[in-house]
Amino acid sequence: MTALSTAPGHVADRAAARPAKRSPAGLRGTPGQWSGRFVVALVLLAFGLFFAIPIVWLLLATTKSPTDLIQNNPFSFGSLDGFAVNWNALFAFQDGAVVGWLGNSALYSVVALAITLVVSVPAGYALALTEFRLRRALLVTTLVVMLIPNTALVLPVFLELNTVGLIGSPLAVILPFSFFPFGVYLTYIYFNTSIPRDLLAAARIDGCTEFGVFTRIALPLATPVVALVAFFSFVQNWNNYFLPFVMLPASDQYPMQVGLTSLLASTPAFNPSSAGAASVQLPTLALATIMSVLPVLIVFLFSQRFLVSGMTAGGTKE
Amino acid sequence: MTATVPDVEATAAAGVTPRLGRSPRRAGRASVRRSPVKNRMGYVFVSGYTVLMLVFGVFPALYALVLSVTTIDGSFAGFDNFAKVLGDYRFLPAVGHVAVYLVIWLVSLLVLVVLLALVVHAIRIRWLSNASRFIFYIPGALAGASSVMLWLFVLDPSVSPVGWLLEAFGFESFVQTINPANLPVVFTVIAFWTGAGGWIVIMYGALNNIPEEVMEAAKIDGANAVQTAVRIQLPMMKKWIAYMGIMSLAAGTQLFVEPQLLSQASNAVVANDYSLNQLAYLYAFQQNDFNGSAAISILLLVIALALSAFFVARGGLFEKD
Repeated sequence: MTALSTAPGHVADRAAARPAKRSPAGLRGTPGQWSGRFVVALVLLAFGLFFAIPIVWLLLATTKSPTDLIQNNPFSFGSLDGFAVNWNALFAFQDGAVVGWLGNSALYSVVALAITLVVSVPAGYALALTEFRLRRALLVTTLVVMLIPNTALVLPVFLELNTVGLIGSPLAVILPFSFFPFGVYLTYIYFNTSIPRDLLAAARIDGCTEFGVFTRIALPLATPVVALVAFFSFVQNWNNYFLPFVMLPASDQYPMQVGLTSLLASTPAFNPSSAGAASVQLPTLALATIMSVLPVLIVFLFSQRFLVSGMTAGGTKE
Repeated sequence: MTATVPDVEATAAAGVTPRLGRSPRRAGRASVRRSPVKNRMGYVFVSGYTVLMLVFGVFPALYALVLSVTTIDGSFAGFDNFAKVLGDYRFLPAVGHVAVYLVIWLVSLLVLVVLLALVVHAIRIRWLSNASRFIFYIPGALAGASSVMLWLFVLDPSVSPVGWLLEAFGFESFVQTINPANLPVVFTVIAFWTGAGGWIVIMYGALNNIPEEVMEAAKIDGANAVQTAVRIQLPMMKKWIAYMGIMSLAAGTQLFVEPQLLSQASNAVVANDYSLNQLAYLYAFQQNDFNGSAAISILLLVIALALSAFFVARGGLFEKD
């Protein structure tokens, strides 16, 4: 703990002691700087391991047999055969229930994403570039709702949909997913700051209709932010557990996140009463965990820079 | 979401993290008037979103409010439902669980995220800085049930990659690791693992945004390391730190999926009424008492709305014209 608690000073020391345009980390330095570097390295290493080890372990676990998993070194590689066995076991579970769950996840996420884009992008555009009554009220409400955790409205939405008899329908998941105020805010910010108003005015003078201005000028310019909204919406929909858990009582309607808990319930290691022919072994459960996040993980791996720019842009330029 | 960012949460989203704007920079544009001619188009463009907002944002909240002050046959009940849930023997323990978790989580989140952001920002080796942010950030892909599932493995000494560490703390079995006294720390670790990376990236962005001249000037004035961090970097990050704190506080009160899955995985060693949201869920699904469920939901919603509205009004981070 002492290492941790002394770190900020040394860190800042290095940041302040070096000029703006630096040569790569040189070999010169006072003893103080060296101990500072040491502490930085230590902190980085400790937290790097903390964040990386579980994922690395999980990937390796999918290649092992249940006994390997317990007896062998946690960071050993099992075998490709082991992976195949786990793969087959996972997809054989309840006659291929996992395929259905993955399909449901894809269906709910993608349909909701489509609706989100169709309603959010024009809304952000209108909030930014047109004037209408209650515009400011809508904007402030958007902000407030955007900042409340999405779990806060799950039970109220359940109670509401229950009275209209929608529970158990895919719509009970898709429609609440489609309401994505953050997407509206992102597009609002984008249209407000990045679209030259003169350009829109010029299009109008050239005889473009209001609808044409939006579809022909504003929308093509907004492609990056549309992609960003699509990504965030997809990730949030795919990973959502609480809402589908509450809305969908039947197993064949579960998305993968909820299906995962069915697998867990059939894993004797965590639920001894479930031992039997249909039981799930730990490596299979590990594989299911990977499968449950695979699309999101892939997007994270290949578009990190894009995502990070989305998270930190906007407010950072003064 | 995993009670994280948010989201970042993280959702983070948790993990989804809002993109942020600031108000002052609109000064130059304030003079550009929106043309009143476009009135009708504005309505058309916001209509779909407004309907969704009403149906899945405003109405559910109002309906829950109505349910919370009525009886099962629809007559007015005053505060009876609230009195009932507040008097429930499970209510105060659930508040206590969530409160202890929130304290531990918020403190570690604030301290460690700021520390790690400063560390990553201080690295001058570009690939190392990029790689560390990447490693911190990638667990954010595993949100909700998936990250809890992964941590079930990590917390089970028989298969855990850090079994030696658990044993060093005296935990020989899964049930010992997740003994109720450990749960706030366990949930903190899970939430931190999933959500901290997104916040670190955001804080890093905020640090990058401090003009180089300011840092130079501080150095020339003879500010040492601690002074620079405390007097320059921390004040410059203040809004973002507040944002992280408030979002995480709001998300943390909603704790659900972590205790729910741990309860399932531990044969109810972890009770299924550990958190407030679980209790609300039990009222609706086990006791068929929608009015009681609505009362708890309203309490949670009021907290979330108050935090959110406070931050929109005072945080100064979001552009609202």
